[in-house]
Amino acid sequence: MNQTSSRIPVTVLTGYLGAGKTTLLNRILSEDHGKKYAVIVNEFGEIGIDNDLIVKSDEEIYEMNNGCICCTVRGDLIRVVQKLMRRQGRFDAIIVETTGLADPAPVAQTFFMDEDVRAKAQLDAVIALVDAKHFLLSLGDSPEAEDQIAFADVILLNKTDLVDATELAKVEATIRRINPRAELHHTNRSDVDLAKILDRGAFDLERVMVTDPQFLDHHDEAHDHDHDHDHDHHDHHGHAGLDGNVHDTTIGTISLRGGDLDPKKFLPWIEKVTQIDGPDILRLKGIISFKDDPDRFVVQGIHMILEGDSQREWGEDEKRESRLVFIGRNLNHEKLERSFAACAA
Amino acid sequence: MVTIANIDLDEHAFVEWAGFVDDVPMFATADGDLIRIEGEQTVFNIHDGLLCAALSEDRRYLLTGGEDGKVCRVDAAGSSSVLAEQPGDWIDLIAAGPREAVAFACGREARVIVDSEIAAKITLERTIEGLAFAPKGLRLALARYDGVELHWVNSGGSMQFLEWKGAHTGVFFSPDGKYVVSTMQENALHGWRLKDARHMRMQGYPSKVKSTSWSPKGKWLATSGAPASIVWPFSGKDGPMGKAPKELGSMGKLQVTCVSCHPGVDVVAIGYSNGMILFVKIDDGQEVALRSEGRGPITSMGWNKSGHLLAFGSEQGEGGIIDVS
Ligand SMILES: [Zn+2]
Repeated sequence: MNQTSSRIPVTVLTGYLGAGKTTLLNRILSEDHGKKYAVIVNEFGEIGIDNDLIVKSDEEIYEMNNGCICCTVRGDLIRVVQKLMRRQGRFDAIIVETTGLADPAPVAQTFFMDEDVRAKAQLDAVIALVDAKHFLLSLGDSPEAEDQIAFADVILLNKTDLVDATELAKVEATIRRINPRAELHHTNRSDVDLAKILDRGAFDLERVMVTDPQFLDHHDEAHDHDHDHDHDHHDHHGHAGLDGNVHDTTIGTISLRGGDLDPKKFLPWIEKVTQIDGPDILRLKGIISFKDDPDRFVVQGIHMILEGDSQREWGEDEKRESRLVFIGRNLNHEKLERSFAACAA
Repeated sequence: MVTIANIDLDEHAFVEWAGFVDDVPMFATADGDLIRIEGEQTVFNIHDGLLCAALSEDRRYLLTGGEDGKVCRVDAAGSSSVLAEQPGDWIDLIAAGPREAVAFACGREARVIVDSEIAAKITLERTIEGLAFAPKGLRLALARYDGVELHWVNSGGSMQFLEWKGAHTGVFFSPDGKYVVSTMQENALHGWRLKDARHMRMQGYPSKVKSTSWSPKGKWLATSGAPASIVWPFSGKDGPMGKAPKELGSMGKLQVTCVSCHPGVDVVAIGYSNGMILFVKIDDGQEVALRSEGRGPITSMGWNKSGHLLAFGSEQGEGGIIDVS
């Protein structure tokens, strides 16, 4: 039996208390899709979830690699997922709801760093729910809100009916500065088409860039080469057209682009970058064109975890180029760009 | 060397525990079913989801904990009684102690039942991941992140903390009570000699150690977690320190998933990821195949009193009894 095809998909819901996680969860559970879910909720979470299989879990961080601050997993998830997996056939997918203050990285890393969990379950996507009315306030209070946005594959900007158009634009601009690549949907009462949040394959190398083309394409064509648009926001207060009152964010995105690369240069380089800057890198994704290789090479990473593989052949009409995107904190754009350029074939 | 009985379960049934209750073969599945074989197969449902099971010290009862919040005791006839109930909680761990004491844990709380009553409640700062009674006296070891706590149940709750950084996912005592050993998230065992809390690091596993078993007098500790059973010598006064372990039943790519030492002689039954079971003499590594392969990894094995019969179960609805005499 093919291990990858039989792995159970896991969707992670992040977002502050009151952002609409419970509403979304209940929608997922009640909609007529014929799928059964196991739901892992945190001990202190919102109540009122109606499902046969709800497991309470006490968020517990494990350090995995001699105390490196970014190499962490969620010990409780390791236990619960393993226990759940002994009774197959009860559910088709797992949803993990995190507390408002949870760091999404250990949750995601659990599905890569623990051998038993990895063998049976596969992270599908991290969804961040954002309360349009309270987001800017919460952003000022804590780094977690920013982390959740930066980490997300899909962002639901929820409760949009509670704010006016100007406020909404301000919130969206702030989100986009932290994470310009995620799919973003405006919702009221978490009313999103479930097809847009489930079965995304956001961490599946086979599907990287298929389900989220905007990860690489989002409005960076005109910007990246001439001026820094996406990173180091302390120097760039606010977008034109807004009132300059957009929150400072420490997380930014760096998009790199090049032609054919030399695998002997690129692979050691990307490994070194993730080893050294891992704690500051939240996510990375890329499609790489290796010289004389008919296949696209895809990479993705979380902190120090790095995965790469040949994906499929470049299409005949496809422009062969290498693109790499980092989302992280205090990343050195100039240095990354220079060292990336040195990987050219 | 013949398989004298096979249990008949659907392939999704995960056998959590296999062994003998008062010498009657029993199998407990993750779904909460108990399969009893005496001539024919009888199935009892004891839990809506079984999470843990342990044999009582006198081997007359099987103690179980479930997703239904129940702690049960099952006798050799298959009839079960509820010892405790915590609706809405998962009973993650259960342990049997001297004088029919039972300990069970849920999250950060452990409770101890003595004489049919909850005699103690122990609350830790972190989730309890392993639970074991000392062989003598009502002393409980609780594994948690960054170490193992030893609690006396009766004497006003005095506690000794054995610290070692990292996640400890299980714990057990040596049969003579001189050592405490934990299994770790990081593919290692960690041990302490109790008289001086001296550390013993047992490392080098490619996978997590999920199954351990002591040879009859505690001379050897057999473990899973590698393509062979790693067997540590505990006969000297320093335990395994400074000594190389034996590697028994090495099978190349196959992982050892379960070990169970014979109750009388220094021989270990080794179960593998493909369902194979070998019977291996610890002294010289001589192997006898008891089962060639099956659908899924071996999850549990247990011997009857005389050591003539071995019960086994797998992840995929298989189980049976092997006559080794
Ligand atoms: Zn790290």
